[in-house]
Amino acid sequence: MPTPSLTEYLIISGLLFSIGLGGVIIRRNIIVIFMCLEMMLAAASLTLVAFSRFNVTDNGLPDYDGQMLVFFIITVAAAEVAVGLAIIVSLYRARQTIHTDELTSLKG
Amino acid sequence: MNPWLLLILPITSAVIIHLGLKRSATASALLSSLCVIATLIVSFSLLGSDASVVALDWINISGLNLEIGLELDQLSKGMMIVVTGIGVLVHVFSLGYMKDDEAKARYFGCLSLFMFSMTGIVLASNFIMMFIFWELVGLSSYLLIGHWYHKDSAADAAKKAFLTNRIGDFGFMIGILMLWGIMGTVVFAEMDGSQFSSLCTCLTGMVVLLIFCGAVGKSAQLPLHVWLPDAMEGPTPVSALIHAATMVAAGVYMMARLFLSLGITPDTAELIGSAPQVIAWIGGITSLFAALMATQQNDIKKILAYSTLSQLGYMVMAVGLVAPEAGMFHLFTHAWFKALLFLGSGAVIYACHHEQDIWKMGGLLKKMPITAITFLIGTMALTAVPFTAGFYSKEGILHAAHHQPLFWVAAFVALLTTFYMFRLFIVAFLGKAREHGSKEASEVSLIMSVPLVILAVMSFAAPHISAIFPVPSSWSLEFDVMPHFDDPVFWTSIGAFLIGAVLAFTIYSGKDKDPLSIPLFRNKFYFDEIYAWIIKIFQDALAAIVHFLDAFLINTLLVGGLTRSATGIGNFFRRYAQSGSLSGYAFLMAVGVLLVIYFTVFASK
Repeated sequence: MPTPSLTEYLIISGLLFSIGLGGVIIRRNIIVIFMCLEMMLAAASLTLVAFSRFNVTDNGLPDYDGQMLVFFIITVAAAEVAVGLAIIVSLYRARQTIHTDELTSLKG
Repeated sequence: MNPWLLLILPITSAVIIHLGLKRSATASALLSSLCVIATLIVSFSLLGSDASVVALDWINISGLNLEIGLELDQLSKGMMIVVTGIGVLVHVFSLGYMKDDEAKARYFGCLSLFMFSMTGIVLASNFIMMFIFWELVGLSSYLLIGHWYHKDSAADAAKKAFLTNRIGDFGFMIGILMLWGIMGTVVFAEMDGSQFSSLCTCLTGMVVLLIFCGAVGKSAQLPLHVWLPDAMEGPTPVSALIHAATMVAAGVYMMARLFLSLGITPDTAELIGSAPQVIAWIGGITSLFAALMATQQNDIKKILAYSTLSQLGYMVMAVGLVAPEAGMFHLFTHAWFKALLFLGSGAVIYACHHEQDIWKMGGLLKKMPITAITFLIGTMALTAVPFTAGFYSKEGILHAAHHQPLFWVAAFVALLTTFYMFRLFIVAFLGKAREHGSKEASEVSLIMSVPLVILAVMSFAAPHISAIFPVPSSWSLEFDVMPHFDDPVFWTSIGAFLIGAVLAFTIYSGKDKDPLSIPLFRNKFYFDEIYAWIIKIFQDALAAIVHFLDAFLINTLLVGGLTRSATGIGNFFRRYAQSGSLSGYAFLMAVGVLLVIYFTVFASK
């Protein structure tokens, strides 16, 4: 079985990111938007891991810096999800809706 | 004695009074009077001597060399005697007249400032220096007219005098600059009228007329005469010193100085084109109009003010007839008797409890004999009774005008002068007292009557002291003590006097109110109204233009345009970018991110 090259990883990552971005723009349900955001984060993490894997240093091992960064992203994303979901819950309590079409108080 | 003292003494006195002696009125009055007496002594000591001074360098850049120097010739020395001599008498008279004034110190401080400025005009060795003192004289005149500034009329008159003078001074300034451009110098002694011969007479005439503009303002000639009658709001001694004897004559003096420096004589007068004729006619018309206005005034000082205007017109006319010696001689004699008349009117006003209307006076001859007799002497001198000072000088001017149309103007003015002066004398001094002010009047104190007597003596003696004539020897001043009985000019003068006097006696003797009423003359030919109207039109037009610029250009286009475009752009973004839809924001953000990526990755090459 052929091992995928860096390009394939990046294409997958780009697809993931685009799907996430499309979701954020198109969807109206704030939970789904939130999930799409997480997907964009995952895409970024995948890029980092892929670059790390293919960036081989002088001693034959990959450069682990990128993978280290991914751990940080996962940690921060977990915290962010907690905060984000909390905001959504309190938003629902305040407005009785999580549909973005009905949340227009920023309209100028 | 050092001629610089003439400038140093009065300015020192003015500075000391203004800075330190404001509260001690008597001390400042004494200081000011002592200084002017000292300057009179210095002026006398200069008469015989051929003293000269080293000029101080002031501005020295290439092409322009200005110095502060003193021009000491017979013209300025004689004029100094007039200025300081009348200055002394006015100071002494003021000691009595202003005895109870609450701002006596300020008054004497300003008088000292005036003496300083007037001395500067007389002694200036170049036009720039003269111009500076010219303005200083305007300032001190302003301060003294507005001495009783709590009266609106006095404050307005002071402003009017200052502003009207500014108009003339503007022309004067341009004239000085043009003269400098032609001559390359502003120093009187270095000027040379023959340089004019290579130039068009339109240019040289223009230079002379522009410089004459200064004299029109300061000597109150038509059309800038309106300030002088109003200037009578000042204290009467000030009117005598500044607005009759010295400052208003500065214009005539300046023109004489110009003619002397350029060497303009009847033979070389064609160098300046028709400027002399213009000057002569302005003088003649001023003297005629002023004399007509004087016949219908009721305020004793106003009559004298118009009479001053008329006599100044005479002097200017003489200058314009290229007989500046006659003009200067009349200036010299007129200064004494007009100061006498003004101080006499001051004494009358003082005695009648500040009543100025001649129709409320009357019978003052018996109550104030010294004042009345000296006033009569002044009147006689002004109306050119033979053997008085005015007779000789007016004769000179009539001679200069002889065989010209202006001669008849001058003769008619002489008739009018006699008419209005005797009207004044008959109404105010003869008959019986009409109001309680004149009923209670009594002779003024010695300190006020002594200057009157001295001036009355000078009204006879002035033409006989040739050492103090402000007429340089290069100008031949023809003058005989005995009148020429075979001279038509003499008989014209006598005839004008007799007709005027007889008319005045028949019309006004024993009357209690004015039997004549000529509104045109009483209202001064409506000059003030016409000026007010013109100024209103100009002011309205200017205001309309300024309003258009402000309202349309600045408010609508600049300020309003900027704010409206800012609001417009803001509204656009508010309506279309701030949609309030989350996905819209996300889309814009995505577009932004894509653009950033595009520009950094693909378009940066």
